Amino acid sequence: MVALTESIQRIFIGFALAIIIGSILGILIGVSKIADETLGTLVIALQSVPSIVWLPLAMVMLGGGAASILFVVVLGGTWPMTMNMRMGMKNVQPILLRAARTMGYNRSELVWKVMIPASIPSAITGARLAWAFAWRALMAAELIGRGGLGRTLMDARDFFNMELVIAIMIIISVIGLIMEYLVFRKIEKRVLAKWGLSKA
Amino acid sequence: MEKVHIQKVEKTFNNKDRQESFTVFNDISLTIEPGEFVSLLGPSGCGKSTLLNIIAGLDEATAGEVLVGDKKVTKPGSDRGVVFQEAALMPWLTALENVIFALKKKCKNKNKAKEQAIKYLKLVHLSKFINSYPHELSGGMKQRVAIARALAMDPKILLMDEPFGALDEQTRTMLHREVQYIWEETKKTIIFVTHNIREAILLSDRIVLMGTRPGGIRKIYPVDLPRPRVPTSPEFLQLEEDIMSILGGEIEKVMREEMGDDFNSKKASLLYGTNRDLGDNI
Repeated sequence: MVALTESIQRIFIGFALAIIIGSILGILIGVSKIADETLGTLVIALQSVPSIVWLPLAMVMLGGGAASILFVVVLGGTWPMTMNMRMGMKNVQPILLRAARTMGYNRSELVWKVMIPASIPSAITGARLAWAFAWRALMAAELIGRGGLGRTLMDARDFFNMELVIAIMIIISVIGLIMEYLVFRKIEKRVLAKWGLSKA
Repeated sequence: MEKVHIQKVEKTFNNKDRQESFTVFNDISLTIEPGEFVSLLGPSGCGKSTLLNIIAGLDEATAGEVLVGDKKVTKPGSDRGVVFQEAALMPWLTALENVIFALKKKCKNKNKAKEQAIKYLKLVHLSKFINSYPHELSGGMKQRVAIARALAMDPKILLMDEPFGALDEQTRTMLHREVQYIWEETKKTIIFVTHNIREAILLSDRIVLMGTRPGGIRKIYPVDLPRPRVPTSPEFLQLEEDIMSILGGEIEKVMREEMGDDFNSKKASLLYGTNRDLGDNI
């Protein structure tokens, strides 16, 4: 139980940070061409590195504690969030921007009032992916690092307690289900209905 | 009320990759009187929308200038409202919020902006749908919201870029009446881009017929018919015929270019035929 709350605490902090950092990066890349050509390429490169690969480096930099696990979780979630936010910003219909320009909106207002609201649907897709990646990263990091469900899982393996191993796997999938059905589905449904994107 | 002066405007697109440049039109000069309803009519590719965008300030002229009153157009402004072919409504805002969106820059007082927005939505007969999202509205209703949005800024000039091009015939006929009504009610200067001859004759005081290669104004027709105009009256049909005789040649030019060797003059000659409906949807 302690392990569970520890894991959940980590995932929420990590997920929140990933969403915030990812959104900011994505907006920046979406708005500025220079940022896209420099940071954008870097993000694509980093995205292809599985976040768990960062753990040894993180342990050296941040010590073996919770900080390095959190670091890996944030990294896992940030890139999909960034890429989706960027895509949302790039795919804003140009006609909306032209229309807003005829109403006297200037460049920074276009970003805030048109481009960001228009990319909310893809931001939600990004958040969903970020959650999945962050969750995987957390489990992997905990297997190697300290504390949380992952550690308990490893301990159970060491004692050859397979019942516990399977129980933890079930807990992991239940948490995934809860997030999917109670959080993302609901938000997505509301947003898609409002944006007129749902087919139902 | 202010005049619109278009002075020796030229637009050239440069293709940097291929070191080519393409002049859409050059040396276009036109003066539009306050309160006048002017149509820009021409085949596709003649630059009528480009000209409108230059007036709107969304595009820059390569040479020449556009004056509204005695102010030079350099960027978009709320003195020129634009209605596009697509309604271009913000999908996350309701009809009312979309109109308020246009007012935000002009009117800081929220309640007043809301009042104004409702007033203009009423003008386009949409008071029932003010809280609907764009995807819940039909094409015609969306376009009416777009018109209300453009009018709400209280522009001196309303620029309409084939506003009814994507609508079906019935909706279009209805909106023709509505635009006529709005124009009489608000006395705005309207510059209206279309490729539909009948639409142009039905609505405008003057029709500016544009051609292509080289792009430019071919002829200007004043329309003196009394309003409301009847599309079956002899004068109406005569004018339609006159315009078609010139426009037909322009269309042929465009088609010849697009089709190259596939061009078949016999098929094209249908355009001069007696079946007038053919000319409507060029």
